[in-house]
Amino acid sequence: MDRVPLEQKVLSENDRLAAALRARFAERRVLCLNLISSPGAGKTSLLEKTLERLDPGERVAVLTGDIQTDNDARRLARFGFPVRQITTGGTCHLDARMIERSLTGWRPDAFDLLFIENVGNLVCPTSYDLGEAAKVVVLSVTEGEDKPLKYPGIFHRSSLMVLNKIDLLPYVPFDPDAAEANARRVHPGLEALRVSTLTGEGFDGWLAWLRAQRERHAQAATAPLAG
Amino acid sequence: MHELGIATAVLDAVRTEARRRPGARVRRVGLRLGEVGGVDRDALTFCFEAITRDTELDGLVLDIEHCPLRHRCPACDRTFEVARFETQCPICGCRDTVCVGGDELELAYLEVDDDGPGTPGTEGPQ
Repeated sequence: MDRVPLEQKVLSENDRLAAALRARFAERRVLCLNLISSPGAGKTSLLEKTLERLDPGERVAVLTGDIQTDNDARRLARFGFPVRQITTGGTCHLDARMIERSLTGWRPDAFDLLFIENVGNLVCPTSYDLGEAAKVVVLSVTEGEDKPLKYPGIFHRSSLMVLNKIDLLPYVPFDPDAAEANARRVHPGLEALRVSTLTGEGFDGWLAWLRAQRERHAQAATAPLAG
Repeated sequence: MHELGIATAVLDAVRTEARRRPGARVRRVGLRLGEVGGVDRDALTFCFEAITRDTELDGLVLDIEHCPLRHRCPACDRTFEVARFETQCPICGCRDTVCVGGDELELAYLEVDDDGPGTPGTEGPQ
């Protein structure tokens, strides 16, 4: 009996495609963000409110994933930015191949900020790299504040946690400080923001975070290669 | 429930490796699964058995090594297992520790039997 070492990622094919996408985004100075949450936490609402507040001249695009329907794409297309729906037909997450296919035909200079709204699911999207610069996890105050401990994978891999629906805080027994503390137990140093996609509270902070990411990304892309 | 996709990716890798070793029988495949990797061990085992049954790889054993969440302390340079997400260094008390393991989803090894009858489909040119 021989033991042959393999030492490769299980999802190496997805990782290969994601690396190609990441290189493409870097070359075109596109900041790509992968939004992940449970169903109903407010990913689409966060994007709606964000697109509504962005200057129409900004070069922003959205890919939105769902198991069925193009409802989200129709909701998001109202703001005039290019939007495409990815309907997975049952698959519980987006993968790099779906992103690659969905980008075909878009002009390379059409956008420098790409939002990917993943399928509502806190588990499966965690494993699939989409070539994004950062994952953003959206949690809402109608969920449990211990969710970061129950679903550590996504909080571990995200760069930012957006706590949504803070307009409901007076009506629900949810402690936002405890939720953030739980998230930081899983991921020390995780950035966190609080917003209401209904009232717009906290959006200045979210838009400032986006601006900072875009600036940092553009600088990184223009920096000369080391060596 | 993306474990079916993960199981399929494991089998694809096994078949690729089996084709490189015509005449050898693949007995066991080793996988490293991290604590925060987001893959359920039982669901993965169930899917793996379901998609190998009645195929040339029927009976292939999936050996899953559980990889706990591990952090390294930059102050004292020790690596420790994180229990209940307590990331503070147990030796020197430093709070600013760095994750160095626990999100693995990796193929570790294959065990192949070169003496017995080969895995069907691996003999001869492909």
